[in-house]
Amino acid sequence: MIEFTKDLLRHLMKGNKLYYAWLSVLGLFIAAGAVAYFGQADKGLIVTNMRDQVSWGFYISNFTFFVGVAAAAVMLVIPSYIYNFKPIKEIVLFGEMIAVMAVIMCILFVVADMGKPIYAWHIMLHPNFPSSLLVWDVIVLNGYLVINLSAVLYVLYRAAQGKEYKMSIMWPIVFLSIPWAFSIHTVTAFLYNGLSSRPFWNASIVAPRFIASALCSGPALMILVFQIARKVSDVDVSNEAIQKIAELIAYAMGLNLFLYAAEIFKEFYSQSIHLAPMDYLFFGLEKGGIHHDVLVPFTWVALCFNVTAFLIFVMPGMRRRFTTMNVACVLVLIGVYIEKGMGLIVPGFIPDTLGEIYDYLPSATELLVSAGIWSIGALVYTILMKTAIPIYKGELSLIPKGQRRKIPVH
Amino acid sequence: MKRRDFIKSAAIGLGGLLMPVDKSDASLWETFFQKYFREMTPEEKKKVAQRLEKEYKDKTGVQINIKTNEALPGVKFGYGLDLSRCIGCRRCVYACVTENNLSRNPQVQYITVLEFKNGEKWVSDLEESKKYYDHDTVPEPGHFYMPVQCQQCDNPPCVKVCPTKATWKEPDGIVVVDYNWCIGCRYCMAACPYGARKFNWGEPTVPPDQFNPDTHYLGNRPKFKGHVEKCTFCIQRTRENPGRYPACVEICPVGARKFGNLLDPESEISRCIETKRVFRLKEELNTNPSFYYFFSL
Repeated sequence: MIEFTKDLLRHLMKGNKLYYAWLSVLGLFIAAGAVAYFGQADKGLIVTNMRDQVSWGFYISNFTFFVGVAAAAVMLVIPSYIYNFKPIKEIVLFGEMIAVMAVIMCILFVVADMGKPIYAWHIMLHPNFPSSLLVWDVIVLNGYLVINLSAVLYVLYRAAQGKEYKMSIMWPIVFLSIPWAFSIHTVTAFLYNGLSSRPFWNASIVAPRFIASALCSGPALMILVFQIARKVSDVDVSNEAIQKIAELIAYAMGLNLFLYAAEIFKEFYSQSIHLAPMDYLFFGLEKGGIHHDVLVPFTWVALCFNVTAFLIFVMPGMRRRFTTMNVACVLVLIGVYIEKGMGLIVPGFIPDTLGEIYDYLPSATELLVSAGIWSIGALVYTILMKTAIPIYKGELSLIPKGQRRKIPVH
Repeated sequence: MKRRDFIKSAAIGLGGLLMPVDKSDASLWETFFQKYFREMTPEEKKKVAQRLEKEYKDKTGVQINIKTNEALPGVKFGYGLDLSRCIGCRRCVYACVTENNLSRNPQVQYITVLEFKNGEKWVSDLEESKKYYDHDTVPEPGHFYMPVQCQQCDNPPCVKVCPTKATWKEPDGIVVVDYNWCIGCRYCMAACPYGARKFNWGEPTVPPDQFNPDTHYLGNRPKFKGHVEKCTFCIQRTRENPGRYPACVEICPVGARKFGNLLDPESEISRCIETKRVFRLKEELNTNPSFYYFFSL
């Protein structure tokens, strides 16, 4: 084990200039984020642009988006284990690692948003269960982390011993992880959905839309990450696997746009007073002689990106060409990031419950802390990949040196 | 490094998040591991109150009193607001700030007075309201006013969503917050339909010579940054026997504010409900407020 740790460290240190440049950039952002966070811890959340009117902002928006990304795993787990689709089975581990990364980022974003994070343990002593959806969310997110982490560690442990993983152990994990993945989205959606004080969230379509958009953003991120991974390392990800994922995004985005359209129709056609948040997103609201429209450009960008991406994904010719498909993946990521981040959280508070409009955009501290958390996520994923790839290739092993032989993956 | 020292320095490092570092060792420890208020014995409550009093004295030199008395039996508080009388002077807002030791900078206020133009939509849609009106004299002709504060709901959404049970409804109907138990997640603020819950975004500041020394643990005691607070019907006044009116009721120059025991049929509030046609805010949300609006004219 000691030898394995030494080998692992050696592998993590090994890399070309690009690798080191990447690590330095991440390190820089993490350091900047840490400095910003200590400033926030010292002065309080007043250094953010959140106020009583808009009491959740950029942190909770990012949290919501990454709950969606964590779906990445399930999009691979279903085809690989249930349908035994070989090209995806080869990379399912990398998808589970994305889920691990995303859940870690979710937890960090929630902690960054808390007024008194050092008292977070109070939630374990007196959980308001089952009444508070936040307690549910803590349970499902941590559970999802444990499930995916055990899948990753188990597979890697077996591989390091030069053995195939046993399906008798994997099946329970797989069967738990599929409904669990849907539960993290449903519970997070219900967290907002259950609040009758916020008409924008208090619509039954929120949870289905959550799942639909999650099944776009996670896989889009995966496609991009896998291509980078196979470029910078000698890991093999087949085009067939990537094409399969792209096809799944097409369906998910179609559903997402349909649900979105249903919501837009209902609000704009019925023109009730609950139209205001949607109106704020698309056109801005007029109050006291001021036109409040800070989110309008973002909303239109997100809508255009999502529609364009859908068209690319749905046309087989465009989807099969890697350049157009990659462009579509970037569009999906940005589109869903806006739509399911700021575009979902902020309008819930606009106008606030007493009719005030407080225009919210994140402060420098919020941006820096968030960039730091993004970098921590990227670093976690880099380390996981740098550990997994040599294990798969037999370069990093628990078998004593001399007894090793190159093992086939899967 | 001794384990104790390590824990101490680690706690101080993290402690910037809440605790002033000039606290003594023991106080730091006791603050961090302070129990949930509803689980404390009367003696433990007293000890905690004494510690908090001492902390405030060490910091400012001012001696305050932190009460922990429980709800009086047979009492459920109700509030009435006569909209025909209110002139929008906001004296209630500032009386509340002084009485409840609310932060002056950044400003925290429990009461919001909304101004509406006559004939404009209101009640179920407050979007036409004006919160930051600034006239030389009030009432502004052609306008009317509606103050809003915690409605002390019988079915409070804030209590429902709080992940740590740091906010709850007392037997006398007051929804309170244990500031030391709140983790600052602000879920209750998202859930409240009345904008009644206020967060300490920065370190709350009250000049020590203006600090009201008569405080209650669940009410106007010293506050910190990073937790939520709210109107408690001036729990430090109303729970006394004989009780005093909340500061907003006492200050109101036009007698628009009524307060009393809903369980007593002869109380002022019970008589108001009996004789006026009252309404409550956002009835469609089923929160069942203990706060009644009415028109006397």
